[in-house]
Order: sequence, then structure tokens, then C-alpha cells
Amino acid sequence: MPTASAPAETAASIPQPQPITLIVNGAQKQIEVAAWTTLLDALREQLGLTGTKKGCDHGQCGACTVLVNGKRINSCLTLAIMKDGAEVTTIEGLAEGDVLHALQRAFIDRDAFQCGYCTPGQICSAAGLIAEGHAGTPDEIRELMSGNICRCGAYPNIVAAIEQALEASAKGRR
Amino acid sequence: MHGFSYARAADVHDAVREIAAVEGAKFIAGGTNLIDLMKENVERPRRLIDITHLPLAEIRALDGGGLRLGALVTNSDVAYDAGVMRRYPLLSKAILAGASAQLRNMASVGGNLMQRTRCYYFYDAATSCNKREPGAGCAAIDGFNRIHAILGWSDQCIATHPSDMCVALAALEATVRVAGPDGERAIPLAEFHRLPGDTPHIDTNLRSDEIITAVDLPAKGFADHHAYLKIRDRASYAFALVSVAAALEIAGGTITHARLALGGVAHKPWRNHEAEAMLRGRACTTEDFREVAEAMVRDAKGFEHNAFKIELAKRAIVRALTDAAA
Repeated sequence: MPTASAPAETAASIPQPQPITLIVNGAQKQIEVAAWTTLLDALREQLGLTGTKKGCDHGQCGACTVLVNGKRINSCLTLAIMKDGAEVTTIEGLAEGDVLHALQRAFIDRDAFQCGYCTPGQICSAAGLIAEGHAGTPDEIRELMSGNICRCGAYPNIVAAIEQALEASAKGRR
Repeated sequence: MHGFSYARAADVHDAVREIAAVEGAKFIAGGTNLIDLMKENVERPRRLIDITHLPLAEIRALDGGGLRLGALVTNSDVAYDAGVMRRYPLLSKAILAGASAQLRNMASVGGNLMQRTRCYYFYDAATSCNKREPGAGCAAIDGFNRIHAILGWSDQCIATHPSDMCVALAALEATVRVAGPDGERAIPLAEFHRLPGDTPHIDTNLRSDEIITAVDLPAKGFADHHAYLKIRDRASYAFALVSVAAALEIAGGTITHARLALGGVAHKPWRNHEAEAMLRGRACTTEDFREVAEAMVRDAKGFEHNAFKIELAKRAIVRALTDAAA
């Protein structure tokens, strides 16, 4: 890792890939990344976790949504090198063995997808939404899920699935 | 993306020294706008200075009743902060009207101030843009200018500032605290962003060797009578065509203090002190509000595709003031 006090002549040159550590779905992973490698590309290309999708690659569609240190973010607008040491949860990390995450179960129960391309991002985003605790009503779910686009238009069922998972989560807390 | 080198700044002093060391270096925090612009080849920094490890992620009370928002506090953490929601709900609502939950979790206070216009031509390197390339011309003036400015524009640039947060900060008369090689200084929000004039490539009065450290909110928060109204092409997750931050103090049905700021209409959050002053001493009638709305956009001039914004702004001002007064 270069430090801020690196001499100017080397600072301006294009650096070699740097080693970083990510805790991905609970497992420590060491990879080397270029400064410009996004977290999305590191997950897909270097760690083989292709569940996280590249949709627009500009933060507009939400297909790349993952949780970093528990917060949902767009991995396409995140530089991997800036997340050295962070905990990353992707769609591959939600189920416990063969037991699906409540959101995965709810998306199946409520038929909340057609082509499925946006689904990993929808589910990771919904996991973030439930953890944030600001959504209760369908209107609030719609507003706080607006960063995830579904071109098949499965929105009504996505909202229903998230409602189901929210209820399950609320029961779990009681 | 073009290649660039990367360094982590350890503290504010380090960051300020580092930004001056390499020409074309830029700070990065949330990265939500900068990385997007780098992918489009609009921004091509030679070096990124990661400032996310600086100790600027706190919200704390100031002597005198104000609140200091550290430059690295995320937009989400500001919007959902209990003190902000209670005392500055206008700011909370404006932030939550912008971007998506994911982007708000990433974006910082300082980065929101520094975000660049979403003018299509600024983003499209195949077209001419004085902001991207000084002297190249402006493709928006005779182009598809639906989202562009109606106030304060120049014949070189008709771009708008895209922030919602900054519109609320303008109404609240926040102060931007910055640090540079010569120490710290404070810039009133109204003087932070610039009109395009002959230098549309310069968005703000932050100097190239300075870093934003905090935004200070004054004690007066207008929690009792405020509204943030955002009009856009879809119900959520879109930039404003017009937005209005309205903040009132009302005693016995009469307005004693008023602030109005508009978003989506100019190169910076738009204030008009003469129009605002007309509100003082008025009752809260639609006729009063309509008169103020007319004054607020009296100098507005639209282009082929955005002239509708003038009437839209007037109606939005009346509605926001009505909501704020209720």
C-alpha cells in the first residue's frame, strides 16, 4: 500500500497491482488489484463470485448491490483498493448451506422475478433495507428500493416478497 | 478508466500536502460521482488520494446551538441522524429525496457539495462542452436542454447543480469549512458554488489545494415550518427538474422569517433575497405566495426544451410555501 508520503516521481507513475484482503461471505480472501479495479470486477473476475451482476456499471441500476460492512452499496462505483479489510456480503453469502435466506425464500414464494438478472442486487439491497429499519409500508419499500431497477417489471411481487421477509424479520425479533 | 496511482491520506495535513504534490491529483471519498465520471473519461485524475480514513466522520454540537457535519459523514448518516431529523428536518428530507439508498450509503457530505452537473453533454465526450473542455462550445444551448438552467446561466454554460442536499443547506445558510496549506477558512454556502460566467469549468470557490472538512449548520433549523418539494420525471431516484426548499417562522399567522432556495434551475442553489424579503409580515395566503413566486423567477429565461420550468418553479414555490406554512 503506498502511503501519502510517497515521493512525487513514483507517485505519478502507474503502480503495480496491490495486495488487499477482503472478508467475503465470512472467508478471508487475499487478492491483488489495480487501483482502478472496482469491487464488482474483483468479486466477479478474481473471486469467481458471478452472482453479483454488472448491469449499467454506472450506479444507476443496482444490479451490482452488495453489503460492505453491513451497508448496501453499488459495487460498480467502489474501488476494491479502498475496501482493504472490509467485510463484503454477496448473494452467494446469504443462504446458510441449503437453507435459503428469508429474502431468497420470499422471492421464490412471491414470484418476484422473471429473467433474474436484477435479483441478486434486489435481494442484497432488500437485506440492507431490512437492516436499516426505515421501511415498513409498501410505499416506503418502493421508495427505499428505488435504486434497484427491474426491466421485467416484477416490482409488485418484489415489494410483496420484501414485505414477507420484513414480517418474518419482525417476528424473529419478538 | 485511465490509469492512476493511489494513496491513502492519514490526516487532513497529509491530504493537503498530497493534493499539492501531484498535478491532476484528486481526493476520493464515496466515489459515487468521480468514479462514474472517470469511467466516462470526463475526469482523468493522475492520482487519487483516498481521504476515507480521515477523522471527519462525526456529527457534533457546536457552541451557540449549531451542528457540525463532518465532511465524511455519509448522506444516509446525516439524513437519519436523530439531531438532524429533529432540528433540521428540511435537510434530512432533501437528502432523502436524492439518489438511491445505496448511493446515500456511499456518498459523503463533502462529495455531495463537490458533485458535478448531470448535463448530458458534459458527460458525453463526443460533444462540445465548455465545462469539460474550456473554449469548446456548449452543445446544450441549442441541444436537448430539458434539464438545464433557467436562471444565472451564461452563453458558455447552461448546466445545473444536481444536489438536493445543497438546496437545503442554502436555505439553512450553512457554512463550509475547508483546510488548505495556509490553514482553515469558512465559506458561506451561498459563496461556495459559482455561476458559470466565462469560467464554467470551475464549479466552486474551493481552491485546488484545499479540502472540505465540515459543514456547519447554524442554530436556526426551521423545524416547525419547512418543506422540501422535488419535481422530477419519475417518482424516485431522478434528478430534480425543479426543487424548492422553503423555511418559515410564523407568529400569529404572520411570517416573521423566510428562506427560499431553488434546485434544478441554476448552476448553484438559487436564492433571491428580495423575493424572500417580500414574505416577511405577510399572511400565508396563496395570493401572497404567488406574488413571491413571480418575483423569485422574474429574471428566468428558458431554452427550447426547458421553458416549462419557469411556470413549474412558480407553482412549486407556492406549493412548498403552502406546505411549510401548514
